[in-house]
Amino acid sequence: MTKIYSRLGDGWITELTEAELMRDIVDGTQTAAENAQIDSLSDEEVDHLFDICRSGERLTSVERGFEIVTTYDGPTIEIRHAGIIANRQQALQIFERCFGADTMEFSHVDYSYKPSKSVVHEDLPLFEQSQMLMVIPLFYGAMPNLGLYTYPDGPMPNPGDLLPLGKIKEAQESYEAAIEMAVNDMVYCASAFYEAGADGINFDTVGASGDPDFKAALMAVEKLREKYPDICIEMGMAGEFVLGTHGEITHHGTRLAGLYPHEQMEIAHKSGVTIFGPVVNTVPSKTIPWNISRAVTMTKACVERSETPVHGNMGMGVGGLPTCETLPVDMVCMASRAMVEITRMDGL
Amino acid sequence: MGTGDPAGVAIPHAITSGMGGIRTAGDLVARMQMTRGMKIAEAKKYVADKLGISVLELADEVRMREVREDLKIGFITSRGGHPKGMEAKHHIARLLDIDINSVDVFQARCL
Repeated sequence: MTKIYSRLGDGWITELTEAELMRDIVDGTQTAAENAQIDSLSDEEVDHLFDICRSGERLTSVERGFEIVTTYDGPTIEIRHAGIIANRQQALQIFERCFGADTMEFSHVDYSYKPSKSVVHEDLPLFEQSQMLMVIPLFYGAMPNLGLYTYPDGPMPNPGDLLPLGKIKEAQESYEAAIEMAVNDMVYCASAFYEAGADGINFDTVGASGDPDFKAALMAVEKLREKYPDICIEMGMAGEFVLGTHGEITHHGTRLAGLYPHEQMEIAHKSGVTIFGPVVNTVPSKTIPWNISRAVTMTKACVERSETPVHGNMGMGVGGLPTCETLPVDMVCMASRAMVEITRMDGL
Repeated sequence: MGTGDPAGVAIPHAITSGMGGIRTAGDLVARMQMTRGMKIAEAKKYVADKLGISVLELADEVRMREVREDLKIGFITSRGGHPKGMEAKHHIARLLDIDINSVDVFQARCL
């Protein structure tokens, strides 16, 4: 029996029979449907995904006419991670001129609003110069990263120390104080770059510290939307499920802990987000077809319910991509095609 | 998009499913999503109508190179005498009938 070339979620090569491939795709979509309480993929969509995953070709792509636009988080940092001696202005141009990017993002290497705030005055001139050079839209972006507001990185007691001691109320109060500080930092930085000519502001990896992290980002979005009615705001999430690190935080009556992508999207749009970026995490021990099927199912639920653009997160370890540092191009292309053709998302 | 080395993430996505940036009309479609909150199909139709071409031609590198040069909205290679950077964006804002924040800020500072 012919074996189908595939990979596991950790990137290692594996082989599947046709029956095993179909089983994984069906199990992936059913798992997503059960987890997020959404519809699983239709038989036609399952068959289409099976055809995409069965191909042993190294590269695959969407059909003509299905092309979408790309937005990025921390792209200039990737050039730095590659050890290339290029400043951010050069990195932006490399993406625009060499990598076919539809948009770009200017960001600080620490990629969190708290450390970014202290160097805004240094970054603004380089950003303004970059806007003179670039043709494609240029975002400014960073993470809320609430973890930086607690010991040993910030002024508040660390909930991670308080919770094991049973000090739940103290831990919640710490988070609530951190939210206030994070909102101030995010609004300060975003305002500075918007007034300097940023075409959009990106809040990325939102919810990395759980429900208070998500709450802080939503509050910052609302303040910015009120201050600048025409501002474009993108929000990319950290995970498929908002962790309840506080547990009792609500936003306009909705409890944030436990929300899945389609529910995260609805509250983000209500708060004024223009482009929403859902995340579905990769399970390393499952196959890539299983992971793609699960990611496609959750992302599709987001796209179907959204009246504004949805850009799926498809980097290392999310969106059906393997969790490994040097990503295999075969599976990236496979996941990219499947996500775009089946979910009909607006970008990635 | 997400994290990962450019050769493993950014380039494969751009080739597999991306519009192509200023090689085609990717930046123009992105601007309609950003300024008007349009979904992908609506944004493509809007841009195609403004350029006077079909939706499929938006991702055609050869066709778009001519369109971009004719409309002075910047293209991938750097040529003397042709609009680049802020100058190209000024033309894009007028062509698409949208406000581009970087252009507005630049113009306000020129007053």
